Amino acid sequence: MSNSATIRRQRLTPLWLLLPALAILVPMFAYPLYQLGLLSLFDYGQPQVSGGVPARFLGLGNFRTLFGDQVFWTVLGQTVVFAAGCVVVTLAVGAALAVLLTRVGRVARTTLSFAALAAWAAPAMTGSVVWMFLFDSNLGLVNEVLGLPGYNWLYERSVAFALVGAVVVWHSFPFVMITLYAGIQAIPESVREAAALDGAGAFTIFRRITAPMLRPLITIVVIQSIIWDFKVFTQIYVMTRGGGIAGQNMVLNVYAYQKAFASSQYGLGSAIGIVMTVILLVVTLFYLRALRRTGEAL
Amino acid sequence: MIRRRIADTVAIAVAALTVFPIYWMVLSAVKPTGEIQSADPRPWTLHPTLDHFRSALGVSGFGRYFLNSLTVALAVVVLSALVSFLAAMALTRFRFRSRTTILVMFLVAQMVPVEALSIPLFFQIRDLGRTVPGIGLNTLGSLVLVQLAFSLPFTIWMLRGFVAAVPVEVEEAATVDGANRLTILWRILFPLVAPGLAATSVFSFITAWNDFLFAKTFIISATEKQTLPAALLVFFKPDENDWGGIMAASTVMTIPVLVFFVFVRRRLVSGLGGAVKD
Repeated sequence: MSNSATIRRQRLTPLWLLLPALAILVPMFAYPLYQLGLLSLFDYGQPQVSGGVPARFLGLGNFRTLFGDQVFWTVLGQTVVFAAGCVVVTLAVGAALAVLLTRVGRVARTTLSFAALAAWAAPAMTGSVVWMFLFDSNLGLVNEVLGLPGYNWLYERSVAFALVGAVVVWHSFPFVMITLYAGIQAIPESVREAAALDGAGAFTIFRRITAPMLRPLITIVVIQSIIWDFKVFTQIYVMTRGGGIAGQNMVLNVYAYQKAFASSQYGLGSAIGIVMTVILLVVTLFYLRALRRTGEAL
Repeated sequence: MIRRRIADTVAIAVAALTVFPIYWMVLSAVKPTGEIQSADPRPWTLHPTLDHFRSALGVSGFGRYFLNSLTVALAVVVLSALVSFLAAMALTRFRFRSRTTILVMFLVAQMVPVEALSIPLFFQIRDLGRTVPGIGLNTLGSLVLVQLAFSLPFTIWMLRGFVAAVPVEVEEAATVDGANRLTILWRILFPLVAPGLAATSVFSFITAWNDFLFAKTFIISATEKQTLPAALLVFFKPDENDWGGIMAASTVMTIPVLVFFVFVRRRLVSGLGGAVKD
């Protein structure tokens, strides 16, 4: 094989290797994303879907409708509060347990790791359903133990959110725990020993050595959690039966889905999807900056 | 020593609390209906029964839904392993102009709220089905296609670390021995990256296995094509839920994922390290 042929093949190969991935991602990911943006600019409802009426271009009309609607702002507000609550609790529990894992014996460590793995592995659907059963107003174990027969945990907005949040945390703290534990393990023992020799106490070692060395990992875990918890769908949809009593437990994802598929306002639903995408893109920019600061070479 | 004892006790208590919902699920699945409905639930049963499993798998057709779920999940795992291996090769072994752009796009794609994409995808799949019947609405093919698309950005991103860990010298040695590119790719690199593929497979398996939204959106009328998560909702009745049946169905749905997780446990942690740090 001549030299120039080798070079040409070298240049072509990455494209061939990427081709299968692009053949799936362009039509099934990029194009729908483009369509989502397009749909958000149209009045697209049941008459248009059935084919009788042409779609009417609204420009930013759907967004104007959305931003003028008090319900949208309520849903946006509670999505942010709900996600923030889930993130904070998940991280607190995950980090505390990661530190705990470094302090316990082998048996306790294996037991906790396996238990966490089981919660992590449980599908969102089964998690939701099992917790619903545990907190069922008539047959639930929790009401029985607490002596609250007939108490409905889904009746009040904040209580229902707290219950769904607990399920989300139960599903997601294992990721934080195992990742941070691996991170702590990766810090060389010699660094801590050196600090201890220089007279640093356990708290100082944690504050001045462990925490700063873990900071890049923590940033990544925080942002991953924000992205996951902002997009919670199954737990809310299943546990509160599609958004709670009179829609009191709506989050943006469920709201978009209901607007599109329950009330056939596909254009408006897409506009909500675009708002979510923009919010998450901003979070992603922070993520990219954080990645760059960890010194990652893309 | 006492502090260690306390830490051990706390860790085991947390473990028990964490695993309790799963224990309760399995327990309720084998409890006789009478005990489930009793006003005084006990954390054990003296009369275990498989009635709930029998009625779930037999009468309610959960066996069928189980096979559907398994078909979709395995197809996604195999296809995403092949496709992401090739893409990860391209992105780690070659330097080309748009490489960084593609990488950033894969990262950004992981953040897109795919749930919102159900709206345009619903119409797209409906229209696709008119020309290609195998991937239209009410087909398992449509689910494989979208789940594959949603898992790829993450699996490719994660697999990069594993491909990068294979020394280039291995390839060079094989080239010297006269192996061509295809042989190197499939006979030498693919087996070496296999541990990484195990870790990424967990994620693609779980994405596909857990999917509720797209199954609910695309499988609109053909109930025999339903997958487990969406089919589970059928058990919910407005007045009286058949909790025994629901718990049996949930158990059936959880076990394959648990087995998968335990199977690749070690790989999972190292894989995560690769995904997070690399």
